[in-house]
Amino acid sequence: MIFLFYLLSAVAIFSALMVVFSRSPINSVIFLIVCFLSLAGHYILLNAQFLAIVHIIVYTGAIMVLFLFVIMLLNLNTSVVPRKSSLTRIAAVISGGLLFLVMLAAFKDAALVKPANTFNPSIGLVRQAGMVLYKDFLLPFEITALLFISAMVGAVLLGRKDRNQN
Amino acid sequence: MEKITTAIQLIPLQHYIVLSITLFAIGALGVLLRRNTIIILMCIELMLNSVNLLLTAFSAYHSDPAGQVFVFFIMVVAAAEVAVGLSLIVMMKRNVDSLDINLLSRLKW
Amino acid sequence: MVEFSQLAFFSVLIPVLPLIGFLLIILLSRFLKGNFSGILATSLTGLSFVFSLILFLKHSSGVGNAVEIDLFNWLEVGRLRIPFAFLIDSLSITMMMIITGVGFLIHLYSIGYMKGDERINTFFAYMNLFTTSMLLLVMGANYLILFIGWEGVGLCSYLLIGFWFKNEAYNNAARKAFIVNRIGDLGFIIGIILVFFTFQTLSFSEIFPQLKGMLPNNALIITITLLLFVGAIGKSAQIPLFTWLPDAMAGPTPVSALIHAATMVTAGIYMIARSSLLFNLAPLTLDIILITGMTTALFAATIGLFQNDIKKVLAYSTVSQLGYMFVALGLGVYSAAVFHVTTHAFFKALLFMGAGSVIHALHGEQDIRRMGGLKSKLPYTYFTFLIGTIAISGFPPFSGFFSKDQILMAAWAKHPLIYILGMAGALMTCFYMFRLLFLVFHNSFRGTTHQQEHLHESPRVMTIPLVVLAVLSFAGGFINLPALFGGNLSFSRFLSTSLADGELAFHQISHTQEYLLLMLSFLALLTILLWAAHLYLKKKKLPSEENVKLPAIQNLIYHKYYIEEIYDFCFVKPYTAISLLFSRIIEGKGINAFVDGIGTVFSFGSERFRKLQSGNISFYVFAMIIGILAFLVINLVV
Repeated sequence: MIFLFYLLSAVAIFSALMVVFSRSPINSVIFLIVCFLSLAGHYILLNAQFLAIVHIIVYTGAIMVLFLFVIMLLNLNTSVVPRKSSLTRIAAVISGGLLFLVMLAAFKDAALVKPANTFNPSIGLVRQAGMVLYKDFLLPFEITALLFISAMVGAVLLGRKDRNQN
Repeated sequence: MEKITTAIQLIPLQHYIVLSITLFAIGALGVLLRRNTIIILMCIELMLNSVNLLLTAFSAYHSDPAGQVFVFFIMVVAAAEVAVGLSLIVMMKRNVDSLDINLLSRLKW
Repeated sequence: MVEFSQLAFFSVLIPVLPLIGFLLIILLSRFLKGNFSGILATSLTGLSFVFSLILFLKHSSGVGNAVEIDLFNWLEVGRLRIPFAFLIDSLSITMMMIITGVGFLIHLYSIGYMKGDERINTFFAYMNLFTTSMLLLVMGANYLILFIGWEGVGLCSYLLIGFWFKNEAYNNAARKAFIVNRIGDLGFIIGIILVFFTFQTLSFSEIFPQLKGMLPNNALIITITLLLFVGAIGKSAQIPLFTWLPDAMAGPTPVSALIHAATMVTAGIYMIARSSLLFNLAPLTLDIILITGMTTALFAATIGLFQNDIKKVLAYSTVSQLGYMFVALGLGVYSAAVFHVTTHAFFKALLFMGAGSVIHALHGEQDIRRMGGLKSKLPYTYFTFLIGTIAISGFPPFSGFFSKDQILMAAWAKHPLIYILGMAGALMTCFYMFRLLFLVFHNSFRGTTHQQEHLHESPRVMTIPLVVLAVLSFAGGFINLPALFGGNLSFSRFLSTSLADGELAFHQISHTQEYLLLMLSFLALLTILLWAAHLYLKKKKLPSEENVKLPAIQNLIYHKYYIEEIYDFCFVKPYTAISLLFSRIIEGKGINAFVDGIGTVFSFGSERFRKLQSGNISFYVFAMIIGILAFLVINLVV
């Protein structure tokens, strides 16, 4: 099992790096999809089955497809964006690396709290997720509907072509 | 089922923390390094997902379903955000005809 | 107890009525037309006089008891407890009657004098405010209330001297008066503070019992009395702080009459008389007061001999007479000083108002070389002015004679030299006053024909006060007849409940000596009068014109011994230089530069910090990540 974990982690990290460093946006999208799939694998390892399925459907199926649509639609694949200056890139790499190290150091000394509840193997199953979602978190659940409507309206409005523009 | 259950109890939490931190750092690096707005948006998604992973790991180890529900909501928000963000990118392409993020710099002193 | 509350009621009303007048006139100034403000102000002052009279009658029926009316607890800080209280005793009643009585007459006179002036409402408001402050001064039961009135009259003096403020010279005169006064006030304040430290209280009724067991020549008491005297020097125009009084003639003549003759300048004398018990314990200070007073009296009298402005002559005469009052204080005969204050109020106000009448008739001319022969055209003015002149010179049986006589007799008892010097001053007074009278009213008119055509007597509202004061100048002396003339020194006895007269007040010299001295002085005065008459009536001598060269001594005295120039050189110029130094260099270059510098630092810094908001999104993200890093690192380290 640990081997599976390491494999999935390696895939995730490798694809994440390729997302950042690949030239063409399409390549970045593909690698991001791979990363998400590996993360879904992680979810299954954690027995969060509901989340894994939702992750695949929503993220990989919807969001990434949306990305691909936009890239294809606007022919963004062909546009070449100049790279940042060397100084900026070095500064970026250094700060990113520093962030990584500092956060690691911050978590290293953190003491782990022993889990209070006894281990419940049914956490993560659809039934359990549904119970919690519709009982304890009903209000946020309904409000997300509102959130979606406003996002939709916003997206449509922003995407409209301006009639007066000549 | 039991195999998975035992697997969970085998992998220590620190591993997940380190993995999550790594993914987050890579996402931050991407945001800083790249000039293409779409890539930046994707790196933001990467950062969000690293947090999702961490939350799920904690939820599994503490047998608290609230963590996974929280992840669910994060996904919701991420979806909405991507929708709006992409329409912004479309507008940007229409107005300045490029995806260079340094071109939009009028919000200054 | 009904008696007491009535007393309290009247006493409170006395200073409050003019205050109401002031407030009403100031607030309703736009709606008051013509003489209304004048009538209001005058009637309120008159009403105050009536109440003072009632107080006097009540007080003299229950002789000897001073009443302290405590209105409310005004200040209470630690050990300092100052009630807002009035002290009604013989001294304050006397001063109250003078202030309200003579004040009433002068207000009445001003209705005529200031008629037609565009700011007449303000004038009467200020006059009423002055009356209130002066009444507060004399009615106060502690040094602080006295000081409030002291400052109030200083303020009103400033406002009224500079009343015609469109003239720059008048403004300077007002400022000079205020500043010179202030110098005295500084000493006064320090004196009051020392009084508090020594006696733990400022109320008269609490201080004076504490003095009973004390020995004289206590260094602390001498310091206190000297400082109080400094205050009196400023307010009552003695050497060296007298230069403001002649310049104060820039104000309207009723102002000169009220403030600079009858009331404000006597505040210093009142204050010392009130503190008589204190001063009796400091013989050194009394000697200094005596010397200062005598020097001032002679000094001012010599200057008055050669002045050519009718008001300036009277101003120097005032300074000189104030010197006499201080001589009386220095001799320890406080009641004689107050008596001279009373008679001086009568005849000096009369003289000033008469001068005002003349100036009014001549449409503003004040130079006596341009006057003359006015006695036929201005009969009332002439006659009352004559009475005033005789009174001030000290001819019996006019009031000035008795008051000066009391002072000079005490002087002879102390030391004959003081008497001789005092007599010299009196002779000079007689000379310059009659010189003034002859030059202004006798012989023929020396002004322009235009003025001659318009010569007219003043209206009745102006002449009635003159007549009243003339009667008082004649008869005012009879309140204090000495034993020689069959009297009982009743006024001095009346005041003795509030003052601590020395022995010289009552144990006089023998009657024969006194009679001889009086005859001698009378003859000397008569001689001077005849000499003046000879010079100015017979030989028709005129004072020299402006550009005529005068002999050396006369020139020196004519230019007032160049005191103004000396003061200007010694004090005004260095002080101006120092203030310029402060304003231009320390303030301008130092403090301003510092304050501006702070601003420059900020604008310079913000110019640099502005660059942070570059609008560049990647930079913002970078800054965010650096911030997070900083938080985490600090969290780890600390």
